[in-house]
Amino acid sequence: MTTRIVELRRGILKKNDELAAGLRDRFTAANVLVLNLVSSPGTGKTAFLERTLRELLAQGSLAAALVGDLETDNDARRLAASGAPVRQINTHGICHLEAEMVGKHLDGWELAALDYLFIENVGNLVCPSSYDLGEKIRVALLSVTEGEDKPLKYPTLFNSADAAVITKMDIAEAVGFDREAALRNINEIRPGMRIFETSAKTGAGLAEWLGYLQEQRANQAGS
Amino acid sequence: MHELSIVSSIVDSVTESLARYPGARVIGVRLRVGALAAVIEDSLQFCYGIATDGTPLAGSTLVVKTLPVVVHCSRCNVDGAIESVQSFRCPHCGELAMDVRQGREMEIEAIEIEEAEVDA
Ligand SMILES: Nc1nc2c(ncn2[C@@H]2O[C@H](COP(=O)(O)OP(=O)(O)OP(=O)(O)O)[C@@H](O)[C@H]2O)c(=O)[nH]1
Ligand SMILES: [Mg+2]
Repeated sequence: MTTRIVELRRGILKKNDELAAGLRDRFTAANVLVLNLVSSPGTGKTAFLERTLRELLAQGSLAAALVGDLETDNDARRLAASGAPVRQINTHGICHLEAEMVGKHLDGWELAALDYLFIENVGNLVCPSSYDLGEKIRVALLSVTEGEDKPLKYPTLFNSADAAVITKMDIAEAVGFDREAALRNINEIRPGMRIFETSAKTGAGLAEWLGYLQEQRANQAGS
Repeated sequence: MHELSIVSSIVDSVTESLARYPGARVIGVRLRVGALAAVIEDSLQFCYGIATDGTPLAGSTLVVKTLPVVVHCSRCNVDGAIESVQSFRCPHCGELAMDVRQGREMEIEAIEIEEAEVDA
């Protein structure tokens, strides 16, 4: 018997990364801006997305959504009420979406006809951060009720995000939300990241967010 | 808890690379994991025993090397390891640093195998 060391130097999630790179190429070729929304359970991803889809459709943009959920299709039904095409991805117990699941759920959709595709990830602040879905923009959401130090507790996720959305601003005062601390903590983990302070209930901050989407889409088209 | 999916990917990857070493048995697997990779070593070790059972990796040891998070400071124009993942600042001047150069890695660095004797 002889033993030897074989150098592999191979990414553990190489398969996912390759599939994600393939998706990213498809999205770029179709000129659709893809966003991956990540947060804890109950932060308000679906509510924020419902509102975003409605506003986009109202301004004449074409947007679609994929939504990951462990078992139910409740979120997909809520989102579909906006009039946008929506598909549910049941992960059956898996705590995050993977590029392969996204790829499978695109069948039959004409990507080139879309302006935006939103992917609502499974509510979880740990696992989704390791899995690239081919998105252009990763959005980390944080509600005013879940603690201003969330970014410090989950630095991996917040550091991998491109934009942050603070949700439920309408109840910020009632829950004693410390806005300065939240902004400081996000900036400490991901310096310079764009931060949107929003409420799906009142529509606060939505105009700024929609402006950002438009700007990012223009960037993508120009690149 | 996504450590089980991570370990399954390791098993698939290593099994695939074993194709070039027929009859070989895996003794050890060495990983390089960045401090920002959101992987917990205890959970990895726990899942490893379960996921390798009945595979060519059964009984092998898993060694995890953790890599610190390194940022590039645009003010000092140098790379440096941050002191804590709660604060992305240049260790030299304290300026916020958004350019992460190391720390997200999740890779199989090498495997140690025992090869079967080849009959002459
Ligand atoms: N006051 C207030 N409540 C909100 C707002 N957005 C969401 N909520 C409430 O927060 C709860 C969770 O909202 P969802 O949109 O389902 O949250 P989610 O992040 O999609 O949850 P999961 O998909 O289960 O992870 C619901 O009861 C919403 O009505 C908001 O802007 N203001
Ligand atoms: Mg939801």
